[in-house]
Amino acid sequence: MSLSRFLTIIAMLGLCLLPAAAGAQAVDDAKLKPLVEALAGDNFDDTSKAVSELAKSGAPRAAVILNALSAGDLYVSKTDKSVFLGVRDGSDYAATDPLSGAKLAPVPRSAAEKIKVNNRLRRDIAAAIGGLTLMSTDATERRSAAEAILKNRDPESIPLLDQAISAEKDAGIKMLMQRAKAAAVLNSSAADDVKIAAIAEIKSGNGREALGLLTPLAGIQGPVGEAAGAAISSINSELEIWNGIQNIVYGLSLGSVLLLAAIGLAITFGVMGVINMAHGEMVMIGAYTTFVVQQIVHASMPALSEYSLLIALPVAFLVSGGIGVVIERGIIRFLYGRPLETLLATWGISLVLQQATRSWFGASNVQVSSPSWMSGSFDVGMLTLTWSRLWIIVFALSVFAVLQLVLKKTMLGLRMRAVTQNRRMASSMGIRTPWVDALTFGLGSGIAGIAGVALSQIDNVSPNLGQGYIIDSFMVVVFGGVGNLWGTLVGAMSLGIANKFLEPFAGAVLGKILVLVLIILFIQKRPRGLFALKGRAIEA
Amino acid sequence: MFSLTARFIGTLAAAAVGATLALSPAKAAEDTIKVGILHSLSGTMAISETTLKDTMLFLIDEQNKKGGVLGKKLEAVVVDPASDWPLFAEKARQLIEQDKVAAVFGCWTSSSRKSVLPVFEELNSLLFYPVQYEGEESSRNVFYTGAAPNQQAIPAVDYLASQEGVQRWVLAGTDYVYPQTTNKILKAYLNAKGVKDEDIMINYTPFGHSDWQTIVSDIKKFGSAGKKTAVVSTINGDANVPFYKELANQGIKAEDIPVVAFSVGEEELAGLDTKPLVGHLAAWNYFESVDSDANAEFIKKWHAYIKNDKRVTNDPMEATFIGFNMWVKAVEAAGTTKSDAVIDSIVGVSVPNLSGGSATMMPNHHITKPVLIGEVQDDGQFDIVYRTPGLVVGDEWSDYLPGSKDLISDWRKPMSCGNFNVVSGKCGGVTN
Repeated sequence: MSLSRFLTIIAMLGLCLLPAAAGAQAVDDAKLKPLVEALAGDNFDDTSKAVSELAKSGAPRAAVILNALSAGDLYVSKTDKSVFLGVRDGSDYAATDPLSGAKLAPVPRSAAEKIKVNNRLRRDIAAAIGGLTLMSTDATERRSAAEAILKNRDPESIPLLDQAISAEKDAGIKMLMQRAKAAAVLNSSAADDVKIAAIAEIKSGNGREALGLLTPLAGIQGPVGEAAGAAISSINSELEIWNGIQNIVYGLSLGSVLLLAAIGLAITFGVMGVINMAHGEMVMIGAYTTFVVQQIVHASMPALSEYSLLIALPVAFLVSGGIGVVIERGIIRFLYGRPLETLLATWGISLVLQQATRSWFGASNVQVSSPSWMSGSFDVGMLTLTWSRLWIIVFALSVFAVLQLVLKKTMLGLRMRAVTQNRRMASSMGIRTPWVDALTFGLGSGIAGIAGVALSQIDNVSPNLGQGYIIDSFMVVVFGGVGNLWGTLVGAMSLGIANKFLEPFAGAVLGKILVLVLIILFIQKRPRGLFALKGRAIEA
Repeated sequence: MFSLTARFIGTLAAAAVGATLALSPAKAAEDTIKVGILHSLSGTMAISETTLKDTMLFLIDEQNKKGGVLGKKLEAVVVDPASDWPLFAEKARQLIEQDKVAAVFGCWTSSSRKSVLPVFEELNSLLFYPVQYEGEESSRNVFYTGAAPNQQAIPAVDYLASQEGVQRWVLAGTDYVYPQTTNKILKAYLNAKGVKDEDIMINYTPFGHSDWQTIVSDIKKFGSAGKKTAVVSTINGDANVPFYKELANQGIKAEDIPVVAFSVGEEELAGLDTKPLVGHLAAWNYFESVDSDANAEFIKKWHAYIKNDKRVTNDPMEATFIGFNMWVKAVEAAGTTKSDAVIDSIVGVSVPNLSGGSATMMPNHHITKPVLIGEVQDDGQFDIVYRTPGLVVGDEWSDYLPGSKDLISDWRKPMSCGNFNVVSGKCGGVTN
């Protein structure tokens, strides 16, 4: 970590020297020294002033120094108040001179203090660096420079932007620069027609961002205010449509989380008829398995750590499934046909498993990290989709499909269905029903385990993880129709979407209550749920 | 894995037997003073409260090394109220009546405090409550060593308004008494400072809420009105991790919309990758990163006691530390552990805090504290960016709520009143 950061600084050092040196006049290090020293000011206002002065000096090293300040790598010595670039190295800081880049003697940690930055200062620094790196040869640097100016909207950067726009080859960055210029123009004292053109430019960009830039203008009297008002109402009407789409997508995402949590229960409760209150804990065990697998992979095969989730999937299935088989063989098989006792016994098991996890791993959350392909988001129109949610939708649907295949196309599935439909007949056909019971329960629990792998990415991995999902899971299974996987799928998705459409109006708390009330009313009307199984076996 | 499970169960059974033994009526050993510890060790709040139980055992151990109190050793009586509010009252009664403890240290949520309050008043015992809370309460038998709203929420809002230029506010919280009262006070405060209602968005979510997509996207929408926006979060416990994960995933950076939290400390960040969260804020009266000799020594001893270098320290731990030392000092001044004597002697007692100053017990049973604002760093610690110049006195009755602003509390004789109405000049004034 510290080494990689050190290398980054060295790399930045090399990179930034080239482009910045081109436009900068040679400034004596001696002249700059007080400016750099001023960065260690007594308060954020002083530091902010020093940042803008350093940026204005045009010194070739300014960008490196400011980047280091922003990253928290700039330190000030407590004894002689000198400022240096530091990297933690044991009980010392490996120090570099900020101006010359020369190596200095290591400074003990107790003798130096980090120069503090807060959010406002980080913004100022980003804008200052933006001014310095707008003409950089590195495209990502130019892009972040333009983004920083777009946020900061400093009218003084307009001439610089003009220059950069005419030199820019990359269409995407050019558009960003034009938008940054338009934002700066709106913030300046330019003529009305220039501003109206800028409004049109802004309107073509990202909807939310445009709203933020235009809303303050709408109150102004005259043509600029009118143009801004018109732009805002057109963006708003577009946003309305996107809101509807967003509710559906978020609903599907919530639905797939519900589906994952409930699908294992659809087997143990739906197919076998066991009221399994420990189902949530199977999910929790899956999540903890992910944590353990990740720790092992990090320690032994760091190259694979991006894919540790994929390794965790089969492991979590086996661990949760195994525990499920043990619970079935050890406890539940003595309680078939006695639902109340099963409920109490599995409730007890769930408490035991929770407390066991708590004693073993501690009461605090454990950290399961997300691979890079599951973090971040992307925009579709005015909708922000996060990768983790998208993968979970895909994953939930694939689990559903695989489970359908197992139940419909494999020997195990056939036996499962036979046993649940008519136990005595199946038994006289030579099926070892106790084994099938154990395997079915194991399958349901194992699927809960792999749900835990997915949920570890969006929820916190704590001993209480399962409790949050058990009620919802039963709700989905009962609503969808006991004993029917398709019912579980449709039930989960419709509950998810209903929840997301209610939430904006009713709020999260009331929304949840409304959904519960709706389900109660629905069950009154159709006690067997959405997709009720039909046939004589059901009445037995 | 089966043998592991069996082992878990074995450990559990042993633990349960141990606990029952500890709880059985004590054979009155004359040479010890009993101290009750009332923190949940199971259930939803165990994540936060277990650490405080450990802290108390650590502090009692330290005190016994120094020779105990009044020449007697201290003896901890630990009970587990299991995050179940009515059970808190039962366990409190058991501690006071059966175990005859001299004082109780415990509770975390306001609901649990409200549940035990009548028990402590009825049996005239002492409770030290170490967690930030919503105020609007002052009891003769309770000492509030955590922050009142004016020692946490209001300075945080002031910092955001002055340093970040925030003009639009999202008040997001979990749906229970602490966030609701805090938000009521904050809204009144913001209104008094000229913030209009349309610039304040209040949002409540259930305990353990895990699907934050809509709310985070609403915050983004609310934040795109051209005014600098910030989120003031009173979201509690488990719901925080998915909330911050969603913020990070939807790309809301602290430079755009900073979130300042009152219930997120070092302990809560332990389950999070904090790299995308750098710059989000928390307001507390103590951070592990505080640079002081007292803190360095406390952390060193804590790590040695708990035998784990990775265990973090947090604000409620400091509040427990302060409360415990205040009790010790008050008992020594009174020369007895009797409740009435300690209540009289504790007001004005001053003990060192961990941030290099000292804390004093005020007549309203709240204490003086510095207020610190910290920004999350990529190593899960906080970097302190602001510190109030002096100490802030805990204000039990908020000055910004109608009904409560005329009330004061002073438990010194002859007033001895927790809700004296300065307008009517009577004790027992209206509370809301």
